[in-house]
Amino acid sequence: MRIALFVTCVNDTLFPDTGRAVVRLLRRLGHDVEFPEAQTCCGQMHFNTGYRDQALPIAEGFARAFAGYDAVVAPSASCAAMVRDWHPKLAAERGGPRPAAAVADVAPRVFELSELLVDVLGVTDVGAYYPHRVTYHPTCHSLRMLRVGDRPLRLLRAVRGLDLVELPDAAECCGFGGTFALKNADVSAAMAADKVANVRGTGAGTLCAADNSCLMHLGGTLTRTGSDVRTVHLAEILASTEEDPA
Amino acid sequence: MTVPPPAPSAMPTYLGMPRFPDAAARAVADEGLRRNLAHATTTIRGRRAGAVAELDDWSALRESGKQIKDHVLANLGHYLRLLEERVTAAGGTVHWARDAAEANRIVTDLVRATGETEVVKVKSMATQEIGLNEALAEADITAHETDLAELIVQLGDDRPSHILVPAIHRNRADIRELFARTMPDAPPGLTDDPADLAEAARRHLRARFLAAKVAVSGANFAVADTGTLVVLESEGNGRMCLTLPETLISVMGIEKVVPSWRDLEVFLQLLPRSSTAERMNPYTSSWTGVTPGDGPSAFHLVLLDNGRTATLADDVGKQALRCIRCSACLNVCPVYQRAGGHAYGSPYPGPIGAILSPQIRGVGSPVDASLPFASSLCGACYDVCPVAIDIPEVLVHLRARAVEEGPRHPLERAAMAAAGWTLRSPARLALAQRAASAGRGAARRFRRLPGPLHAWTDTRDLPVPPRESFRAWWRRTGGGRTEEEA
Repeated sequence: MRIALFVTCVNDTLFPDTGRAVVRLLRRLGHDVEFPEAQTCCGQMHFNTGYRDQALPIAEGFARAFAGYDAVVAPSASCAAMVRDWHPKLAAERGGPRPAAAVADVAPRVFELSELLVDVLGVTDVGAYYPHRVTYHPTCHSLRMLRVGDRPLRLLRAVRGLDLVELPDAAECCGFGGTFALKNADVSAAMAADKVANVRGTGAGTLCAADNSCLMHLGGTLTRTGSDVRTVHLAEILASTEEDPA
Repeated sequence: MTVPPPAPSAMPTYLGMPRFPDAAARAVADEGLRRNLAHATTTIRGRRAGAVAELDDWSALRESGKQIKDHVLANLGHYLRLLEERVTAAGGTVHWARDAAEANRIVTDLVRATGETEVVKVKSMATQEIGLNEALAEADITAHETDLAELIVQLGDDRPSHILVPAIHRNRADIRELFARTMPDAPPGLTDDPADLAEAARRHLRARFLAAKVAVSGANFAVADTGTLVVLESEGNGRMCLTLPETLISVMGIEKVVPSWRDLEVFLQLLPRSSTAERMNPYTSSWTGVTPGDGPSAFHLVLLDNGRTATLADDVGKQALRCIRCSACLNVCPVYQRAGGHAYGSPYPGPIGAILSPQIRGVGSPVDASLPFASSLCGACYDVCPVAIDIPEVLVHLRARAVEEGPRHPLERAAMAAAGWTLRSPARLALAQRAASAGRGAARRFRRLPGPLHAWTDTRDLPVPPRESFRAWWRRTGGGRTEEEA
């Protein structure tokens, strides 16, 4: 099985450790992973902010970069949802018929990390070790667009040493929302404050999620308010072992 | 097909409202309001979830509701003509109103023709939308709201902030003070006990019902094949208004028609469970034209377009016309919960308002151009919508319209064009990443950024870029293989 990593522009630029964690994890499970260097971004920022004409060439570029792979794995539920749910519609609405066909061909083979592990590779115990108290925030696009359900929690429960504590009102949005965080900064910050209060209330030292964009928003709120709760992407916890801890 | 653009005065009493973010910022700063809203919405959200979970065929009901509405919207002309024919045959008179001004003129003329100067009103979103009370007041006709929450809003010279609970932003201490100050027949020593407040309103309204010669209502549904109008309510004030006066005038959006009673049955299950979390609402009133010696002797139905046919012409946006005004999307919305209803600048707040108002009114004004962006796209609204309106889909669709047709934002446009240029090419992205890494400095995180990014760093730190991007690492180490060997 040929697996390609779509690292996403946010991880590529700001959180390379998450990309490295996916590579390490998949190799440990016996799968090679390729990184097509022609990849850039899913175009979600442009699309969700109303700039569809800017998003279209990015979506078409995605389809060219990832053509021919059996599976594409993204350590971001939001970016995976953008590709799977929106690329085909965007390409059909604004693109030519041939690029639209290429986009529609690639989109269904894109998976968020927990989907790839549980559904495609059929593993829930990835042999990880992470001896910390962790709480998990299920990001909106993982829950309500990809419908990943409890896959990430099943993966976390199988991690040795990990003490998983439930996050109250977990399914509530954290307030990131892409450019929403800037355009409606006051509401966004109020949502983050409530989410962070719930996180702190759990007593966990680590906040985990499947999207670094949401974690960046929550982590930035946590450090600003003097908390030492760490934000760690799901991939990094799953890649962590006794020999090579995260 | 060309569709005339919606009238700029589609909601005349809401002209000149501020942008959503500005209005929302004031609400966010109001701790008391946020506490009231969080308490009220969280409570009803939990109850709704319970009422929906009782039915094992909820998803099938939801799909039926969606399909019935879509069928009606695809055949709207047919069902409206049928409704007109049946209402007329039953002794009613049907009027057609293109926009708010025309609807207000029709209702004003009808009231004037009765010689009356006062009307009682059943809670109605359509008449809020067109600003009917204000239009009647200009003609020296006083409209008395009879729904408890609408009465609170009216006495306070306030605006509604929720579709179902228009006074959700008020607490009972506010209401006690308001009644004592504005209600001439408020009992002395009125307390803020809810039962006391309800009793005071009940006595106050009873006199109005008994004196009223003209009533104005909206309609939740109209059954085309029998020409029957239907109102669902909880307080019984609707039943009083619909039966006691001599003249009844109902203003209804053209999308409210359903083909038959069999179709109505689906919505009589969907609406109460979604809105008040009840298995069945306390009062369902239906009336068909006029009946000698029973109820009003004159009945007028005003069918209101006001931007609806323009909305219907939009393939993505038209699903907003399925809305049955249940408020479930408001109650689950994290943005509504913090921003409050007034920030939406329309009687339709929350997620449904964010997709309805910019379609009914167009995206030309500051508030309407900002409404499609008043969402984190979390998707909670779509999950609870009883007619499966994909609100996030319509929001992002309207964002494209706002960018392409709305007010210009040159700075944002330039930033998006620059980002698009960078992200179209892996080489340019790599170059931008190297520049970011080179300029990272000694700090671990940014605490204050200039320009528009201050909106981020006012409340949040931002991580500094790493020494090396992922793609630079991959290239340098051959995907980590040379690193492993080293």
